[in-house]
Amino acid sequence: MSKIPVKMTVNGAAVEELVEPRLLLIHFLREKLGITGPHVGCETSHCGACTVDLDGKSVKSCTVFAVQAEGAQITTIEGMAEADGTLSALQEGFMQEHGLQCGFCTPGMITRAHRLLLENPNPTDEEIRWGLSGNLCRCTGYQNIVKAVRYAADKINAGREAAE
Amino acid sequence: MIPGPFEYHRPGSVDEALALLARHGEDGRVIAGGHSLVPMMKLRLAAPAHLIDLRNLAELRGIREADGSLEIGAMTTQHEVIESELLQALCPILRETALMIADPQVRYCGTLGGNVANGDPGNDMPAVMQCLGASYLVRNASGQREIPARDFYEGAYFTALGEDEILTAVRIPRPPEGQGQAYEKMKRKVGDYATAAAAVALSLDGGTCSQAAIALTNLGQTPIFAEAASQALVGSSLDEAAVAEAVRLAREAADPVEDLRGPADFKRHAAGVMVQRAVARARERASA
Ligand SMILES: Cc1cc2nc3c(=O)[nH]c(=O)nc-3n(C[C@H](O)[C@H](O)[C@H](O)COP(=O)(O)OP(=O)(O)OC[C@H]3O[C@@H](n4cnc5c(N)ncnc54)[C@H](O)[C@@H]3O)c2cc1C
Ligand code: FES
Ligand code: FES
Repeated sequence: MSKIPVKMTVNGAAVEELVEPRLLLIHFLREKLGITGPHVGCETSHCGACTVDLDGKSVKSCTVFAVQAEGAQITTIEGMAEADGTLSALQEGFMQEHGLQCGFCTPGMITRAHRLLLENPNPTDEEIRWGLSGNLCRCTGYQNIVKAVRYAADKINAGREAAE
Repeated sequence: MIPGPFEYHRPGSVDEALALLARHGEDGRVIAGGHSLVPMMKLRLAAPAHLIDLRNLAELRGIREADGSLEIGAMTTQHEVIESELLQALCPILRETALMIADPQVRYCGTLGGNVANGDPGNDMPAVMQCLGASYLVRNASGQREIPARDFYEGAYFTALGEDEILTAVRIPRPPEGQGQAYEKMKRKVGDYATAAAAVALSLDGGTCSQAAIALTNLGQTPIFAEAASQALVGSSLDEAAVAEAVRLAREAADPVEDLRGPADFKRHAAGVMVQRAVARARERASA
């Protein structure tokens, strides 16, 4: 099947590639661009390890064709830290609160939590759990993940108040 | 899991999309949010040679209230349904149901049109549409027709939609003032399809039920409008005996098959429990 061009912006950089239409976005990111933060977990749209931010939405990149992301703005875990390498509040929260063990789910968790906090800056623990319900973790039991997101929300909100 | 090869089309208008569908016949398939179709393509249960992406069709978007009905564009996502204040004010069962579908990631992509056109008995919106007396606006190259949701489903993955047709919008008669609505869904875990689910809408006039509709999800090859069960409530005070009779008739209307979610008898039992709970909640929400 003939390849077609696809253009998008990934972590701020414009990219253009020729792809087979059946190429999934996760494979495009990992194999064409070498962006291996988003993981392939279940491949069946359940685990959320492949989550990326696409035009302001959290999506499972194993369930989207790269060609469907034509023109999109994509952010992956690689795009979460500050430009100078300082960890984002969420990354710091996962570290401080021990929000990971093996770390396989973490890129998806942080990328999803990033969008959750933009939509709901001060979620309750229950809202955090529902907000992350598309991301599975086999290690932590989720307790510390909820704490990590809470840590980040508190830190971001404190920074915002200080700025006002 | 790599889908089979296909040619990708991204039309800029509904007319262009319809022309592509007409040209490619049974080899053509539209893709909306892709969250039913892509998984099926990965499993090679679907292998369309031509995929026609509806994402750029502004004509298929938007939520409007007009002429006593709500019209929701087919490409409206489940996330947008949840966020819509208009729908929350006029037809809250839509938000309640959308929140029980899958998880946040799936809801950002999955569309209302895809959910009702898909024909999978596990989809939640079709029973809600049957409960609300909704209809689907569909178009092909030669014109438009309107199909009642209660007549749309023929079997698992078989619907009244022609292979040259696109579902453009869902039309829901504006629910009467004071109607109580509820969707109850039993599932094994977040993100799972229903083991059994029931949609109920009812109105009260004084203490008497003046209108009622009950429909069931994943309890047969199609969504089921439980007409006899609905009628058992009308004219009653929703007393224990009337509700028990509706539950009995809903169980009779259900036709579940055994699968990983449980044996048929269990699902039939669960169907009744879902109906009972949904009636109780719809009643609490109805104003006399
Ligand atoms: C992990 C997971 C869990 C899920 N859980 C649930 C659940 O609990 N309940 C539930 O209801 N759904 C569930 N879904 C399915 C999800 O809601 C889908 O998004 C939805 O069923 C289909 O919508 P879509 O826009 O993604 O359609 P697509 O996948 O793009 O299309 C589905 C089918 O409908 C056809 N189609 C789509 N739009 C149109 C149109 N406008 N006109 C004509 N034909 C059209 C396509 O050709 C295709 O055959 C789940 C999905 C996943 C991945
Ligand atoms: S790999 Fe995409 S959801 Fe699991
Ligand atoms: S830390 Fe191992 S899967 Fe989440």
